[in-house]
Amino acid sequence: MKETPLSNCERRFLLRAIEEKKRLDGRQTYDYRNIRISFGTDYGCCIVELGKTRVLGQVSCELVSPKLNRATEGILFFNLELSQMAAPAFEPGRQSDLLVKLNRLLERCLRNSKCIDTESLCVVAGEKVWQIRVDLHLLNHDGNIIDAASIAAIVALCHFRRPDVSVQGDEVTLYTPEERDPVPLSIHHMPICVSFAFFQQGTYLLVDPNEREERVMDGLLVIAMNKHREICTIQSSGGIMLLKDQVLRCSKIAGVKVAEITELILKALENDQKVRKEGGKFGFAESIANQRITAFKMEKAPIDTSDVEEKAEEIIAEAEPPSEVVSTPVLWTPGTAQIGEGVENSWGDLEDSEKEDDEGGGDEAIILDSIKMDTGVEVSDIGSQDAPIILSDSEEEEMIILEPDKNPKKIRTQTTSAKQEKAPSKKPVKRRKKKRAAN
Amino acid sequence: MAGLELLSDQGYRVDGRRAGELRKIQARMGVFAQADGSAYIEQGNTKALAVVYGPHEIRGSRARALPDRALVNCQYSSATFSTGERKRRPHGDRKSCEMGLQLRQTFEAAILTQLHPRSQIDIYVQVLQADGGTYAACVNAATLAVLDAGIPMRDFVCACSAGFVDGTALADLSHVEEAAGGPQLALALLPASGQIALLEMDARLHEDHLERVLEAAAQAARDVHTLLDRVVRQHVREASILLGD
Repeated sequence: MKETPLSNCERRFLLRAIEEKKRLDGRQTYDYRNIRISFGTDYGCCIVELGKTRVLGQVSCELVSPKLNRATEGILFFNLELSQMAAPAFEPGRQSDLLVKLNRLLERCLRNSKCIDTESLCVVAGEKVWQIRVDLHLLNHDGNIIDAASIAAIVALCHFRRPDVSVQGDEVTLYTPEERDPVPLSIHHMPICVSFAFFQQGTYLLVDPNEREERVMDGLLVIAMNKHREICTIQSSGGIMLLKDQVLRCSKIAGVKVAEITELILKALENDQKVRKEGGKFGFAESIANQRITAFKMEKAPIDTSDVEEKAEEIIAEAEPPSEVVSTPVLWTPGTAQIGEGVENSWGDLEDSEKEDDEGGGDEAIILDSIKMDTGVEVSDIGSQDAPIILSDSEEEEMIILEPDKNPKKIRTQTTSAKQEKAPSKKPVKRRKKKRAAN
Repeated sequence: MAGLELLSDQGYRVDGRRAGELRKIQARMGVFAQADGSAYIEQGNTKALAVVYGPHEIRGSRARALPDRALVNCQYSSATFSTGERKRRPHGDRKSCEMGLQLRQTFEAAILTQLHPRSQIDIYVQVLQADGGTYAACVNAATLAVLDAGIPMRDFVCACSAGFVDGTALADLSHVEEAAGGPQLALALLPASGQIALLEMDARLHEDHLERVLEAAAQAARDVHTLLDRVVRQHVREASILLGD
C-alpha cells in the first residue's frame, strides 16, 4: 500500500507545536519513550519496545570455515527486516532505500566498533570458527527504528549463550546444552544508537522522534555511543546542514541518554538471569499480563495540574446555573409510582426509530444524557406541578401531558433537517405507545 | 599488519606526510564530450570519475516527479580492479547503494533544486582506484562535474576524511591508515558557511576527541576547496581562450 500522505494542516500543527517546544505525547525535547525489554525462553531472543515501536531480535550460531583473509576471527552477520506487519507502507519490493540505510548503519555500529571479540569465536584456526547471526525483525513501526533495533541487537547478543566446544589435538567436541552449560559471548562494550531529529533547517531538535515527527523532520542525526562515552558511529542523513557545535552538543546529550539506557539493559538482563536461576517462569508468554482485554495500554502522561483550580473557578463563574429538573412522581395505582419517563423499548420499532434517526442525527453532540437509546424518545418534564399526576387506565383516552415551555433537553426542534415538521406530529403517536407500555 | 606505525615519533605518517597534510590533488573538468558535465580527480592514489546528466525530464515513472524541485539521482560504482584484490561487485550491493544514497543526500542539500521543478539530475560516480578516502574523492569529483554542467549550487561541496591516532588527528586517510581499524570520519562541507552536508564516522572515538577530529576534517575540506577553486578558474580560463573571448 502506498503510504498515506500527511495532510498540510497536520504538518503545520506538528511544526508549530515543536516551535513551542511541545510534543504530541507530552514528552520533553530530550526525553525517550518508555523502553521495555522482554526475553524469550531460548537464550538470545528478545523483544524491545520503545514506546510502540517493537523489534524482535534473535541470535543464532553455527560452525563454519573462516574467511580466507581472516583465518582466526569469527564471522558476524547482521540482518534487519522490515516486516510487512510493521506498517502498511512496507511491502516486499518497496522498502529498499530505508532498508539499506538501516542495515548499513547497524552493521557499522556493531561490527566496526568491535563490540564482540571475534578472536574468541575461533575454534580451530583456519578451519572452524563460529558464525554469529543476528536477525532483527521490526514488528511495529512507530518511529525511531534504528534506536530500537540497536538496543534489541545488543541485548540479544548479551543474552545469547553459545554451545561449549573443546579441542583436543585434532578432535573438536561440540557439547549440547544438556552436557555442558552454554557459554556467553565475550562482549567488550554495548554501543547504543541515539537519534536526533532536526526541524526548520536545524533550529529545533528532538530526541527519539515518533512516527509523526519523523514525517515532518528535515533530517536525522544518529550517534551511537557506549557507556564509556566512546562514540562508535555518527551518521547524518536527510537534507540538513549541521554546524559543528550542534554535533558536539548532540554527542553530549547522547552520552547521558546512553548511560540511562545501558543501566536499564543491565537491569533487565539481571532480572532475567535471576528468574531463570530460581526456576521461575520466563519467556514471552509470561511477559504479557493475563486477564487483560486488550494488549495495548495507554501510558500515563504527566499533566500539569497546578492551575486547575483557577481554571475551574473561572469556568464555574462564567457558566449558567443548570436548569432545574423537577421530579414529580406519577401515581399509577396506589402503591405504584413513577418518576420520569424511562426509555421506550426500541427492539420492535426499527422502522420508526430509523426515521427519527434522520431528524435527530444533527444534534447528537448536544445530547447530554446518554440514556436515549431510541432517538425518538425525549425525556420530558412532566409539568411543573407539585402534585402527582394520576393517570387513568383507559386506553382510548388520548393523554397529552403538558410540557413546560423551556425544556433544554428538547433539542429536536433545533434540527435543521427538512423533516422537522414531522416531529411534532409524531409526538402524540409516541405518547399513546408509552401509555401502553406503562400499563 | 602488526607493528606498523601510523604516526612516527617525529610526526611523519606512513607515506611521509604530516598529520594535517593532504595528499596531492589533481583534477580535470570536461573530460567527456557526451555528458553535460564531467570531471576526473586524483587524490593521491585514489582516482574517481564523475559524470552529470541534467537537468532533464524524469525518466521512468512520472509519479516520482517532485512538483517544486528537481530529483537528484546518484549512482556509485566501484571498478573491480580498484582494490588490491580483484573483486566482482554486483551492481546493487548494499555498500554501493549506501554510497549512492549518501551522495544523493549531500547533493540534494547543495544543488539549488528549486530552480528546476519536475526534472531530474543524474550523477554517476565511478571509482577507478581506491586507496582510502573514496567517499571524499567521489564528492569532490561530483562537485566539479556539477559545476562543469552549469547546474547552480549553493557553494562548493568539499569532502575529506580524517582519523585519530595517538592523540593526533590525521587528515585525508590512505587505505593503510583506514585498514588499521582506528576511527575514521568522513565530512562533506560547504566551505563558505561552514555547514556540514554529511557527517559519517566509524569505529570507537572518545567523545572528548570528537571536536579535534571534526576540526581537522573541516580544515582539510577547506584546503580542498582552495584547490578545487583553482581548478575551476583554470578550466574557465582555458575555455574562454578557446572560445576566443
